[in-house]
Order: sequence, then C-alpha cells, then structure tokens
Amino acid sequence: MPADPSPAIATRGLTKRFRSGQVAVDGIDLLVPRGCVYGFLGPNGSGKTTTIRMLLGLVSATEGEHELLGESMPAHAASVLPRVGALVEGPAFHPYLSGRANLLRLDAGDRTVVASGAGRRVDEALERVGLAAAAAKRYRNYSLGMRQRLGLAGALLRPRDLLVLDEPTNGLDPQGTREVRTLVRELGAEGSTVFLSSHLLSEIEQVSTHVGVMSHGRLVFQGTLTALRQAAGIRVRVETTRPDDAAAVMRALGTGTTAVHATSGATSSVVADLSDGEGTPVDTALLVEQLVKAGVPVHEVVVERPDLEDLFVELTGEGFDVDQ
Amino acid sequence: MSTSELTRTSTEPHSRPQPLRLFRSELRLVFGRRRNQALLAVLSTAPILIGIAVRVSSPGGDGEGPAFLGQITENGLFLAFTALTVTLPFFLPLSVAVVSGEAIAGEASSGTLRNLLVVPVDRTRLLLVKYASIVTFGLAAALVVWGVGIIMGLLLFPHGAVTLLSGTTVSFADALGRALLVALYVAAMLAGVGAIGAFFSTLTEVPMGAMAATAVLTIISEIVGAVPQVRGIWPYLFTTPWLAFGDLLRSPVPLHAMGIGLLTEGIYIALFLLLAWARLTTKDISS
Repeated sequence: MPADPSPAIATRGLTKRFRSGQVAVDGIDLLVPRGCVYGFLGPNGSGKTTTIRMLLGLVSATEGEHELLGESMPAHAASVLPRVGALVEGPAFHPYLSGRANLLRLDAGDRTVVASGAGRRVDEALERVGLAAAAAKRYRNYSLGMRQRLGLAGALLRPRDLLVLDEPTNGLDPQGTREVRTLVRELGAEGSTVFLSSHLLSEIEQVSTHVGVMSHGRLVFQGTLTALRQAAGIRVRVETTRPDDAAAVMRALGTGTTAVHATSGATSSVVADLSDGEGTPVDTALLVEQLVKAGVPVHEVVVERPDLEDLFVELTGEGFDVDQ
Repeated sequence: MSTSELTRTSTEPHSRPQPLRLFRSELRLVFGRRRNQALLAVLSTAPILIGIAVRVSSPGGDGEGPAFLGQITENGLFLAFTALTVTLPFFLPLSVAVVSGEAIAGEASSGTLRNLLVVPVDRTRLLLVKYASIVTFGLAAALVVWGVGIIMGLLLFPHGAVTLLSGTTVSFADALGRALLVALYVAAMLAGVGAIGAFFSTLTEVPMGAMAATAVLTIISEIVGAVPQVRGIWPYLFTTPWLAFGDLLRSPVPLHAMGIGLLTEGIYIALFLLLAWARLTTKDISS
C-alpha cells in the first residue's frame, strides 16, 4: 500500500476562546505524522482535553482549522470519524447497562458497519482489553480500572487508523497501566497512529515516538522524543587542570556552548552541550581521544543525561499548581 | 496500516443504510429503564382504580366526576375513555416530560453524549432518533391506559353495542376502533409535550431540570387554559385541544376541533424541534 502522505492530525492556528474570554487553546499547530505514537503532554488545565474535543468536533474552534487523516474537520466528520477511535476525558457509559450492552449501543450508532457483525466486534474489543469475563456485568458495578478498559474497548470496536486516547491510564493500578502501555505499543506496531494525552512525562516517555508539550494553551514543544531529549541538552563535563585548552578541543569537535566553572582544588570543570547545532551528538570516545592527543590532562569525563522531568517543568513552568 | 485497511474494506461496505439500528437501541434504552417501566405501571393503575371504584360504588351516581364516568356502568368501553380523560391533564404529560427531559440531558450528564458524537452519530440524526423514541414512549403510555382500560372495562362491566354521546348506537367493533383513534389522538398531543421536553433537554446537563421545566410549562399552559379572562390566548396553547378527542364519540365525527388540535400540536412540534436542532447542532459538548 502506498504511504499516505497526509498527516494523521494537522492543525493550523487552532484556538478556543470560551465565552468567559478565557483562552483555553491558543493558536496551536499540531503535526502528527502517520504511524507514530504521539505523546500529548501537559499539566492539568493546559488545554489538552479542549484540544482533543476540538479535534473530534465536540467543541467548535474559535479560530484555525484542522484535518484528521487528510480530511478537514468538522466538515468531513461523517466519513473520517469512523476511522478514528477515541477515549475522551475518561470513560462514560450508561450505568444500568452491562459493559457489552453499552458497546453494542455505540456500535449501533456507526452507520458504516454492518449490523450482523456487531456481536463479534464487541466481543473482540472486550477480549482485547481483558473485560470478556465482566461483559455481562452492569457498568455501575465496574471498578475504575474496568471502566477505563471499557472506554478503551469502545475506541477499539473496529480497526482504526487513528486512536485519540485522553489520559487512558487514569485510575489504573500499576498492572493496568502496564497493560495499557503494551496495548498502545501493539496498536502502534499494527500501523495505527496513536495520539495519547497525559500529564505524566514518564508515561509518554515509555511509549511515544513523538511529543507535543502544552502549557497554558500553547504548544511549547513539538518533535520526536529524541529531539526533546536533545532540547534537554545532553551535556558533557570535563574535569581538567587546563580548562581553556579543553574548551578549544571541544569547540573544534563541534559541541555547543561551553562554559568553564572553577571547582575546588586544582581542576576546573568545562561543561558543554554534547550536540552540535544540527542535533547530532558528539562521540564522547572521540572527545576523550582528542583531549589526550592535545595533551590536556583529563581527570574526569561525565556525560550528563538529560532529565526530561526538569525540562518538562522548565517548558511548562509548572510545579504542582494547576493552571487557572 | 495494511491490516487495518484490509479488515475495513472486507467487513464494512459503506453507505449501507441501517437507519433503524440506533432507533432500536434507543427504544431498548427507554423501555429497558426501570424508572420508565414504573411510569407505565403507574399509568396502568389509573383505569384499574377507576374501574374498581365505579364497580363497588352505588350504580347511577349523581353526575359528578370526569367525562364518561356515568357511562361506564352501561358499557365497559367507556372506562378506557374515562381513564384517558383523567390521565391526560397530568400523568401522561408528566411521564412524557420525564422521558423527553432525559433524552439529550441524560446523555450529557452521564458523558455518553460525547461517545455517541465521536462514533460518529450526526447531531441532527441523534435528535431525530431521540424524538422518535419519545413519541413512541408517549404512544406506548397512551396505549397502556387505553388497553388496561378496555380489559378492565370488559371484565367489570357489561359490553356490547355502544350508545355514543350523540345518541346513535354503533357496534362494539366500531366503538373499539374509535377508542383506538382516541389513544392515537392522545399520543399525538403528547408528541407536543415531547418536542418541548426535547428542546429543554438540549439546554442543560441536568435531566431533572429539563423534566421539571417541561412539566411546569404544561401545567402553566393548563392553568392559563382554565382562566376565562385570558380566553383570547387559549387557541395558542398546546394544551387547549387535548380533550377534543371526545368528538370521536359522536356520529358523524366532527373533525374541526381535532383538526385544529393536530395543527396546533404540529406547529409546536415543528417550532420546538427546530429550536432543539439549532441548539444541539451548535453546542459545545464539554460534558
């Protein structure tokens, strides 16, 4: 099959201003390539869910436009949304219906599937999320984890080209979280594009290939996870008695900005970004070799791994405080 | 992606019309709900209570009470008419107010509205399916009162040829047919309440609020309809033509009042469905 060039999700200047005047989403340009697992990251209240609601046509955009799977929304909702599975802001079902009956109801709403396959589709979806045993139980008697699974089953009622999952591991125990993570990886491996929102960096980091970071309604970072790590700046620190020479060698190899800090004792530490302007990391083995060749005494070389958590906090300017 | 593409094309031929699937699902939701079953059960007690009360009381009476009450002892069929007359001002519209107020607001409050819309269920289609199920419930409610009324009437009172209000006598089968038309007319009147309820239901995420607003509007309309000083606006009230179904018990049937009734209700239905549509199709679904 020829690769479809259109991105799974593309938005241009997507904005939501509520009647109160509050700008929940402020001109974001999302670009989610086909086949990736896109982690949509941001603190609570940063505009993630409003963005997802706009993407799916639940909330109208104040400004801007967007496309799903190459078709403009919300104009083509009827043809594109059957190819999109969604779990928006947690599971929601009729409490007095069984899990199975709830899914059958969603299936009944889909005009693009044949009625005769409904039972099979529902059972397969329940099987896939591990709810087959509780299919006949009323939703009101489901635990939070089971509810979340049922929500995922709803998104997986049929093969989807795009899955939009809003905080899918909310309320799950560690075992459930791990299962959802596995499921997301499987879906990605099967070729579906997965758009996954979370306020937990660790979760996104483990499954995503691409990342978008939201803060106060703005998209403050978008790119591959590798690019995010580089943005966090893998740095190298060299302890030496001849800092100026060391800095010269490092600059010659193409490292980023260098800085010299005096430390206690005879040595100083020279710190540099390990990546050049294009984002290619400099080989540390080569660096050490060059330093030694140049006669620079190397007391210690430390590669400082990026702490994404720190970067996340830096990007979003958030601690535990919720926006607004 | 190839696997998902293949599965899709093999199992899902597009544009095969299945308009009734969601409607059937909706009916299961409405009629499967215990509360709605209880409403129908309560409605069915009206003809039972009236029948027993008339049966055990002294025959004849003194002409008091609702229309047709005196005729019950002469012919059991009149129990169905009496029961519809008694339940139409309050119990029937209340039960339709409950079901219609629930329609959109209930899905919004449980969050299931967003699930349906991303399936996707088109908003206009959702409104039409919801309204069709409301009308069906109103019809079922009218038929329950009617059916139980007829059964109780046949069990407790004499039956046979029926003397109509106009004095002519018609066969039992003829009278039964007229009784069914009465139930259908009542259902059409309830469809007006249903449209008002559907509109209120698009305004809120609190089903109880939409139910209460619908019931209150019905009662206010009936109160206004009982105040002679404002007789001028009576023709514009949706509750005014409700009891015109008594004309079906005359021969020949005068169609004028019921025709006006159906027209009035039709205008109310069109107006409130249009308002509901305008609201629902432009609403941000944030629940």
